[in-house]
Amino acid sequence: MSAPIKKTIITVVGKDTVGIIAKVCTYLADNDVNVEDISQTIIQGFFNMMMIVDTSRSSKPFGEMAGDLERIGEEMGLKIRCQHEDIFTRMHRI
Amino acid sequence: MINIFEVYETNKMIEQEQLDVRTITMGISLLDCCDADLDTLTRNIYDKITRTARDLVSVGREIEREYGIPIVNKRISVTPVALIGGRACTCPEDFVAIARTLDAAAKATGVNFLGGYSALVSKGMTATDEHLIRSIPMALASTERVCSSVNIGSTRTGINMDAVKLMGEIVKETAEATRDDSSLGCAKLVVFCNAPDDNPFMAGAFHGVTEADAVINVGVSGPGVVKRALEEVRGENFEVLCETVKKTAFKVTRVGQLVAQEASQKLGVPFGIVDLSLAPTPAVGDSVAEILEEMGLASVGAPGTTAALALLNDQVKKGGVMASSFVGGLSGAFIPVSEDQGMIDAVCRGALSIEKLEAMTCVCSVGLDMIAIPGATSAATIAGIIADEAAIGMINQKTTAVRLIPVVGRDVGDTVEFGGLLGYAPVQQVNTFSCEDFINRGGRIPAPIHSFKN
Repeated sequence: MSAPIKKTIITVVGKDTVGIIAKVCTYLADNDVNVEDISQTIIQGFFNMMMIVDTSRSSKPFGEMAGDLERIGEEMGLKIRCQHEDIFTRMHRI
Repeated sequence: MINIFEVYETNKMIEQEQLDVRTITMGISLLDCCDADLDTLTRNIYDKITRTARDLVSVGREIEREYGIPIVNKRISVTPVALIGGRACTCPEDFVAIARTLDAAAKATGVNFLGGYSALVSKGMTATDEHLIRSIPMALASTERVCSSVNIGSTRTGINMDAVKLMGEIVKETAEATRDDSSLGCAKLVVFCNAPDDNPFMAGAFHGVTEADAVINVGVSGPGVVKRALEEVRGENFEVLCETVKKTAFKVTRVGQLVAQEASQKLGVPFGIVDLSLAPTPAVGDSVAEILEEMGLASVGAPGTTAALALLNDQVKKGGVMASSFVGGLSGAFIPVSEDQGMIDAVCRGALSIEKLEAMTCVCSVGLDMIAIPGATSAATIAGIIADEAAIGMINQKTTAVRLIPVVGRDVGDTVEFGGLLGYAPVQQVNTFSCEDFINRGGRIPAPIHSFKN
């Protein structure tokens, strides 16, 4: 039996520029990753974006996707991280 | 639904406050490796460790990647080797062959330390135990990643003073055997009283005989996170202070529990315990001393330090216990000197003596840890310090330990560099009045009256 599908949280932190969402979403669409939720805010002067995505049909393994997004972030001067949702739900929910 | 502020908080804890999982330690039983022939025994040991822990490091990396949480160390602990070598080892040199095998297995699996080159002699020593103990200086000098520990007392059995005396000499010999390397061998040798069977932290980790064939234990960390949380409540009363530590400890431990369960599932090895310890590193902002100072002490070592540490330890346990299904190991705050920048600074400014550290060990997780002392300190004095620390553990029904480094050729005022996670330490003053006649008595200190709970 396979483990239940985990949602992936993508966070983008850095200075605001034009086309951040477009670039990340294009990459995700190209790799069959479905975006389920996006929220963004400015925290302590930084642009913060969080996406909840479903990678169950993703054409790339998790590690590769995380690496690709990290590189896309570096090109735009941003920090992009991919993490399974468990770390957040476990830490903040009893 | 996950909320962006919680995600931001978690990632800030990881990136800026040094939240990490300090170690995943796989405990492996070697009891089924026993053989009367030394070559067969070492081959069995090597095969079992490399087979069982084959995927430990890669799975650790995978978890780091998937959750974005650093896992600083991947390690192995094995059954106390004195129990395994009984039939095959007839002299200390035979045990050294096992130590080299363990070192080779550690390198092959990619772990940075392997613990369990150990003997449990709290009540008495067999000839085999003594061979192992006498082989420690040579074993630690001729291996890189092997760690050793000896349990010389417990609340149930009292203190084996013959073993205490012997360990004073062994610590000296180990310092001598590794003199070209700042007596580094002693940093890999711990003397315990009431050693737990499931401790994931080196150098004292071993896989106790009460444990299953293989098990995954996790040690959490995060002194930086606690310090940062306390900065937010500066000047508030103790109730607020305690509540803050407790909540932070809960969050930190939840991450440890998650990593432990993931590792256990991916490796197909049962989950053992989460050790709720605040373990510092030499990195700035990752210090237990800084937490105590944040509570309102000008320096660690000032009056109030023991109370502050007691409070910290208790709140960490209270917050962490609910966050994990199994808690064990040493659980509490570690107070090493060389591995904690705040402690190093306190020693350098003359605020922290060995005697104050000893008092602090009554309420902390372990004991006198990573303390550099003059190379000329006598074996009897070291044995005396071990006996004092063991007595604290025995009477108070807690684990205590000693990891002293008598650095050959160095004296008070010198500083010794150990490198990496072991940090550096100023050589500290030791009380030099002799305890030789006391140590030379030999025999055993009987178990305390409150040990008879049948």
